[in-house]
Amino acid sequence: MHYTLRNKLPSTALFTTVDAVLNWGRLSSLWYLLFGTACCAIELMQTGGPRADLDRFGAVFRSSPRQSDLLIVAGTVTYKMASRIKRLYEQMADPKYVISMGSCSNCGGLFDLGYSVLRGIDKVIPVDVYVPGCPPRPEALTQGLLVLQEKIRKQRYLAREA
Amino acid sequence: MQPFELTDLGAGTKEMMLNMGPQHPSTHGVIKFVLRMDGEVVAALDPDVGFLHRSIEKIAEKLSYPDFMPYTDRVDYVAAMNCNFGYARVVEKLMKMEVPKRAEYIRVIVAELNRISSHLVSVGTFGNDIGAVTPFLYAIRDRELINDLLEMLCGARLTYNFVRIGGVAFDLPDTFKEKAIAFLDTLEPKLKEFNTLLSENRIFRERLAGVCVISKEDAVAYGVTGPNLRGSGVDWDLRRDEPYSVYPEVSFEVPVGGGLVGKVGDAFDRYWVRIKEMQESAKIVRQCLEQIPEGPIMAKIPRVLKPPAGDAFDRTEAPRGELGYYLVSDGSSKPQRLKIRTGSFAAVSIIPKIAPGWMIADIVALIGSLDIIAPEIDR
Ligand code: SF4
Repeated sequence: MHYTLRNKLPSTALFTTVDAVLNWGRLSSLWYLLFGTACCAIELMQTGGPRADLDRFGAVFRSSPRQSDLLIVAGTVTYKMASRIKRLYEQMADPKYVISMGSCSNCGGLFDLGYSVLRGIDKVIPVDVYVPGCPPRPEALTQGLLVLQEKIRKQRYLAREA
Repeated sequence: MQPFELTDLGAGTKEMMLNMGPQHPSTHGVIKFVLRMDGEVVAALDPDVGFLHRSIEKIAEKLSYPDFMPYTDRVDYVAAMNCNFGYARVVEKLMKMEVPKRAEYIRVIVAELNRISSHLVSVGTFGNDIGAVTPFLYAIRDRELINDLLEMLCGARLTYNFVRIGGVAFDLPDTFKEKAIAFLDTLEPKLKEFNTLLSENRIFRERLAGVCVISKEDAVAYGVTGPNLRGSGVDWDLRRDEPYSVYPEVSFEVPVGGGLVGKVGDAFDRYWVRIKEMQESAKIVRQCLEQIPEGPIMAKIPRVLKPPAGDAFDRTEAPRGELGYYLVSDGSSKPQRLKIRTGSFAAVSIIPKIAPGWMIADIVALIGSLDIIAPEIDR
């Protein structure tokens, strides 16, 4: 497209709000933490893989929480793991978002019967988008990411109270 | 390569504690290793497990026998079919049930397809740990094709819940055979491509040759099973040596580590055994697809399963080693106790023995080559 535009708009200005530009930047480069606790992590891996290709939406994985914007809680959260996930979340720099992937991290899922499983990661950290499924298909997780992007697009980050 | 001897130089240096995990890309799930380091050399290593303890064994006591089947998927989610298979077998053993031939063939087909997909994940992530990112993408691309096949069969991509006590849930769809053969035809050239990328890669080989050798004696003493045991040069495979299901009716080889680039039992041998096993599994699937008889896919089973009081143990060869189920029944419709013994549990117990003296980068190779997975250890 830029060939058609070349030399046509030499000094055009675009008007928008700072919030909109910030949001656009954020939603187009949601880097997620390479982290999974259980079965859903395998589907997360496939979602990042060649077929579902999460990279299309600007989401690539990072190994360190300090470089990530998005925490995808993929899998069962046990009591022993819950405090570690909270710590990972706290290490991430603002603005940060959380997708809860799969029944286990939504509400305990199958392991509601167990004695060692946290019934929902939202008891520990705030969650932006819940993706249902056991495990959610890669398409479902992709949809979850798109929903999160829409959510970010509407944010009024600067207008927010400090 | 040789492990390092730790000597005190008298410089007043101190050992350092290092936590690896539970969030770490090369621990393969939520496992933590506490390392005592002398510089870059490991002095001692302590695995801290239990981050994924989901009380699966306890849940078994609350559910009826068939209701527990979906939980076996989660014992080893990368090879859910094999876990279904093992559990169905132990209940059948307790109830002295005969399973129709066709069902047994279908079980072996899905178990071997799942073995291929599990080994693909294993070798792919292993390459990733060593620093080769591309083969990982190749591996999960190929794994999608197996997912498609199994999805065609039962509608699920990862947690299948397909094998039933007394048979299997669904018959093979009409086009399954062609599609499976078409996949197997592409698998061979793809493995070749994979070998060019990874197995013959000089950096990869030199990183692994002679690293973290597990001797035959150690492997047996620690109860290591499956590809890890065979990587150490022990010729033992339950499918051949304690045959079950229809394995006696197919012919296949059991690959054993032979120190191809370094010593017998090094990290490369364990990796190489897995590559070879994928080819053998492909052979088994082909034979099964040819030989499969017509017939029913479920045995006649009562509506409520009440096995007689007693106990049973059964083990099968899963991708991560022997998968044993020990089941105690008190004659009611729920198990009194279920114990699951897995290959990864034994594999993680040998890490503290092998690790001292190796560099931290070699520890990553050790963990990756043992192909341990958190849910199998913690359950
Ligand atoms: S939601 Fe299902 S697939 Fe995901 S971690 Fe829980 S049990 Fe596993």
